[in-house]
Amino acid sequence: MYGSLSIIEIDNEGRQLHEEDPVRLQEFEARIADGDKIEPRDWMPYLYRRQLIRMIEQHAHSEIIGALPEGTWITRAPGFRRKLALMAKVQDEVGHAQLLYSAAETLGKSREAMIDDLISGKSKYSNVFNYPAVTWADTAVIAWLIDAGAIVNQTINSKGSYGPYCRALERICYEESFHLKYGHDSVVHLATGTPVQRKMLQEAFNRWWKPIMHFHGPPDTVSQHTEVLVRWKVKMATNDEMRQQFLDMYVPKIRELNIEIPDPNLRKNAETGQWEFTDPDWDEFKRVINGDGPCNKERLAVRRMAENQGRWVREALKQYSGQYVTPLA
Amino acid sequence: MKIQSLDPRISRSDIPEEKEYVNKTELDQFQTWEVFHQKTRGTHHVHVGCVHAPNYEAAVLFAKEQYARRMKCVNLWVVKTADIFVTSYDDADMFEPATDKSYREAFGYKNKELIQKFKSELAHE
Repeated sequence: MYGSLSIIEIDNEGRQLHEEDPVRLQEFEARIADGDKIEPRDWMPYLYRRQLIRMIEQHAHSEIIGALPEGTWITRAPGFRRKLALMAKVQDEVGHAQLLYSAAETLGKSREAMIDDLISGKSKYSNVFNYPAVTWADTAVIAWLIDAGAIVNQTINSKGSYGPYCRALERICYEESFHLKYGHDSVVHLATGTPVQRKMLQEAFNRWWKPIMHFHGPPDTVSQHTEVLVRWKVKMATNDEMRQQFLDMYVPKIRELNIEIPDPNLRKNAETGQWEFTDPDWDEFKRVINGDGPCNKERLAVRRMAENQGRWVREALKQYSGQYVTPLA
Repeated sequence: MKIQSLDPRISRSDIPEEKEYVNKTELDQFQTWEVFHQKTRGTHHVHVGCVHAPNYEAAVLFAKEQYARRMKCVNLWVVKTADIFVTSYDDADMFEPATDKSYREAFGYKNKELIQKFKSELAHE
């Protein structure tokens, strides 16, 4: 396989796991168990390729769409420094999307196909962004706790088996550190401020607690493929494990600010060491992720408008050819 | 029906609810370029990822945005991905030595042992 390849040769397209070459599969799994990375042109089971494309692509879409509820407050930020910080954060998120799209592309799906699938609704993105950022305090809560949830996810998965995804996640974690600090700072500023600020923050919290609890995905009992994805180090921890880690890290920090978490059943079981909480309505999650949320139409409409409006620029850059003729008059 | 939003800019953009969208043609997102950045003078240029761009100038511009926006960088190279010649991991054994090549490694020389032997022979005389 000398030479550069514009198209990856995938010879096991569509194969079920039990149909894969057992020798290749065993070598592949041994490499992963050893802690080695899988690189783009390695042989891999079709299921691995497909699941990774889906996961990385959805992560990329989440970064782009996630920029929308935050970006909406740039023009209305309460102060110049906040405006600059929020712009920088949104720039970073779009940059992260680029890194992730590139990582997904290494597996053989084109950027064009990924954008088409986002706009058609075929590919999903993180459900939390289907809710609106109603006030400035909403963006503060998103920047702190949604980014915190993402960082838990990203830090864990950056130790996974697929080389390009790990490298992208490492870079993302580096850039993300300021997001968390900025978000926490915004929340602390409101929490320790005037009664009006505290009220706005508490109301934002009440709106966002359920999406935050949904953030790491459905419970392990419902989540498909968990076992093989963990064995292949595609997921380095299950949804429930990541949710528990998030709660461990952030519930104390939330309570430190005297913010009331709108779940009276939230408590850490002293014996099991596990957080217990009110089941966060997975039916709503399913409805919203399948298109019936407050902002789904809006998010994709804005993305669609951006692609449509930019088309003439891309066409011009591709096809430019001209013939110089001295002006006639 | 137009999209209405809490964000006034979206509401006044008059975006139709009905999907007006044509699927992308090949190379709508241009070809890829690999980016190498040099963190500080004196260090190697290191591969950091790729960008999609129509030409060199756009590629360098996007590379600067993507890979030098947050991280320190003093220099960038961009190369078309299609111009890069790659080896296969399946051929990884081409990098293994076919024979014992300890003659070109420091561990292949037993100077210390020879000196020890020499000294102990002298001592016995």
